[in-house]
Amino acid sequence: MVTVVHENLDVTDAKMSTRDVSVYYGDKKAIDEVSIDIPTKYVTAFIGPSGCGKSTFLRTLNRMNDTIPSARVEGEITLDGEDIYRSKMDVVQLRARVGMVFQKPNPFPKSIYDNIAYGPKIHGLAEGKEELDAVVERSLKRAGLWEEVKDRLSDSGTALSGGQQQRLCIARAIAVDPEVILMDEPCSALDPIATAKIEELIAELNGRYAIVIVTHSMQQAARVSQRTAFFHLGKMVEYGRTSDIFTNPLEQRTQDYITGRYG
Amino acid sequence: MSPAILLLLALGLGLAGWLAARARAWAFRCESADGRLASLPTYHAWYVALWIVLPVVAFIAVWSAIAPGLVAQSVLASPAAADLPAFGFQRQTILNEARAVATGAAPAVFNPQARALVEPFRDALSYYNTIGIVVTVLIAFLAGAWAFLRLKPDFAARSRVERIVMAILLGASLVAILTTIGILGSLVFETVRFFGMVSPLDFLFGTHWGPDPMGNPENPDPTRYGAVPLFWGTLFIGAIIAMIVAIPLGLMSAIYLTQYANPKIRSWVKPALEILAGVPTVVYGYFAALTIAPAIRDLALQLGASSASSESALAAGLVMGVMIIPFVSSMADDSIAAVPQAMRDGSLAMGATTSETIRRVLVPAALPGIVAGIMLAISRAIGETMIVVMAASTAANLSGNPLEAMTTVTVQIVAMLTGEGSFDHPATLSAFALGFVLFMVTLGLNFVALRVVKRYREAYE
Repeated sequence: MVTVVHENLDVTDAKMSTRDVSVYYGDKKAIDEVSIDIPTKYVTAFIGPSGCGKSTFLRTLNRMNDTIPSARVEGEITLDGEDIYRSKMDVVQLRARVGMVFQKPNPFPKSIYDNIAYGPKIHGLAEGKEELDAVVERSLKRAGLWEEVKDRLSDSGTALSGGQQQRLCIARAIAVDPEVILMDEPCSALDPIATAKIEELIAELNGRYAIVIVTHSMQQAARVSQRTAFFHLGKMVEYGRTSDIFTNPLEQRTQDYITGRYG
Repeated sequence: MSPAILLLLALGLGLAGWLAARARAWAFRCESADGRLASLPTYHAWYVALWIVLPVVAFIAVWSAIAPGLVAQSVLASPAAADLPAFGFQRQTILNEARAVATGAAPAVFNPQARALVEPFRDALSYYNTIGIVVTVLIAFLAGAWAFLRLKPDFAARSRVERIVMAILLGASLVAILTTIGILGSLVFETVRFFGMVSPLDFLFGTHWGPDPMGNPENPDPTRYGAVPLFWGTLFIGAIIAMIVAIPLGLMSAIYLTQYANPKIRSWVKPALEILAGVPTVVYGYFAALTIAPAIRDLALQLGASSASSESALAAGLVMGVMIIPFVSSMADDSIAAVPQAMRDGSLAMGATTSETIRRVLVPAALPGIVAGIMLAISRAIGETMIVVMAASTAANLSGNPLEAMTTVTVQIVAMLTGEGSFDHPATLSAFALGFVLFMVTLGLNFVALRVVKRYREAYE
């Protein structure tokens, strides 16, 4: 069965593209031949019921599945037209270009400053203290966290509230100047107010980075994204503009899911 | 009547109580309208049985501690004891002889004075035995009857038994703690005796160690009891040389096992490493003395060292370091594995390599656990005896040269206790002072290590 892609979808400026991507965990097929073009300028949301494979698929986009020994990926995934699974691909560079924010905030048990400086340091992006200070400040400002933490940069990152920790993790991802940011249910561990702040932040980052967000909440997908892909049982069922998907879905299963009939 | 027989008696009475209580509970069940009890009949049975056995066991424990004293007292009060020699060794020997004959352990007496005491001893023993049995039975019946009378159809025997079980478990854990306190007490007692003969200052800060077990015990030479060379030897072998071996190897093997090894290799290597911890230290001692020490001596001679000893601090320290590897590595392994996977993912997703992730995120996050492991390893190394007894020497030597022979606190404890001095000679007693210092140091290290581990556990919960 083929994915339904809305005809009015503009796919000319794809940042990342996948062609017939399947993911296996051992013998189990978790993702079945997904082909999608992820636009440069927009926020793309992956929605679908639990266990539909949307997080698994997201993790193939920066090869985080490599850390799971039994996982195997088939098909082609390109970033700016380059195959990221080719043997010469430098995974370390790939992950610097395609950053990731996780479901549960995972700041390192280091100071706020060191959390942000971590990426620039290992990639040699900043020379000297002043440049590093500037990167830290810029990243925290972009993540909307600067005003809250500027007086306590040496405090531990784990001492922040959950929402602040998640924005710290976004700032950390921004600090290495990625082209794509993958967000794996970034608000699922947060309260509504912290969630609203993260959504606001995503809106501000939109346009500067290609953003892909996996979410359980259809309202969130509707609020933050311009493109939505609906996943079900390891397959991508439907892909189109967010407004079209939510108001005028072409597939019965999409319709059922967004009207809350299952999932 | 020995405590063992009293104990059997108690168990027999407990069994009787168990059966009686269960029968009673069954009877309740038959009488009641719906055939239901608040607790199962077995719980009623256990409740009564525990109430019989536990008080009796407590009584037996107390009784077997005080009964011999009571017997001796009544023997001494008898007229035959009037012409015994004054308190001391001789008097004790006579009493022991009389007791041995009275209990049937020895066929006949050697000392005529003891013969007169055999009869009073027999009388006293049978008198107190009778008291013991009577009280045992009395307690069993009183406690059993009290418990038995509480049984009712709606009696919560189940939760009562639960509480008694908890008390028993608590008691079991208290035994270990009380033993530690007891050990400390006995050490302190002998140590104080030693410090009555040699000043603690001379002992702790003197730099010459050479007690003379044949010297005059009344007037020991305090300059021969300076333990600094022993402390230095212990520190040098156990905390410096051994740790130079154990820390890097243990840490690296832990990192390999947690981060790089695939499950198949891990399932082989980890048990193999743990076997290393199970090798008796005597075997390590052979290895150090027969293989490593001569090899080091030959190597030193080839390199032009003038006086290489076949007993060197280096040999003992190296082998001890190998012995300690599993301790360092398993603690480091646990604490690295306890760092949440999310930390690792977060670092990898930033584009860090595995080794950068280990160096910059995992090891710093696991550092308190690793440090605690190292401290536990040190405390084990400095308390280690067999390797140093076999591979180091008994010559106290204050030197920084690892090729020289050195001795440690534990070696000297062994030497002093197995030496030729009498037990109350200061040379022998010095072993207790050394043991006391060692005990305090390892206790302190363990205490600090446990505090560190606790704080670090809290950081992730």
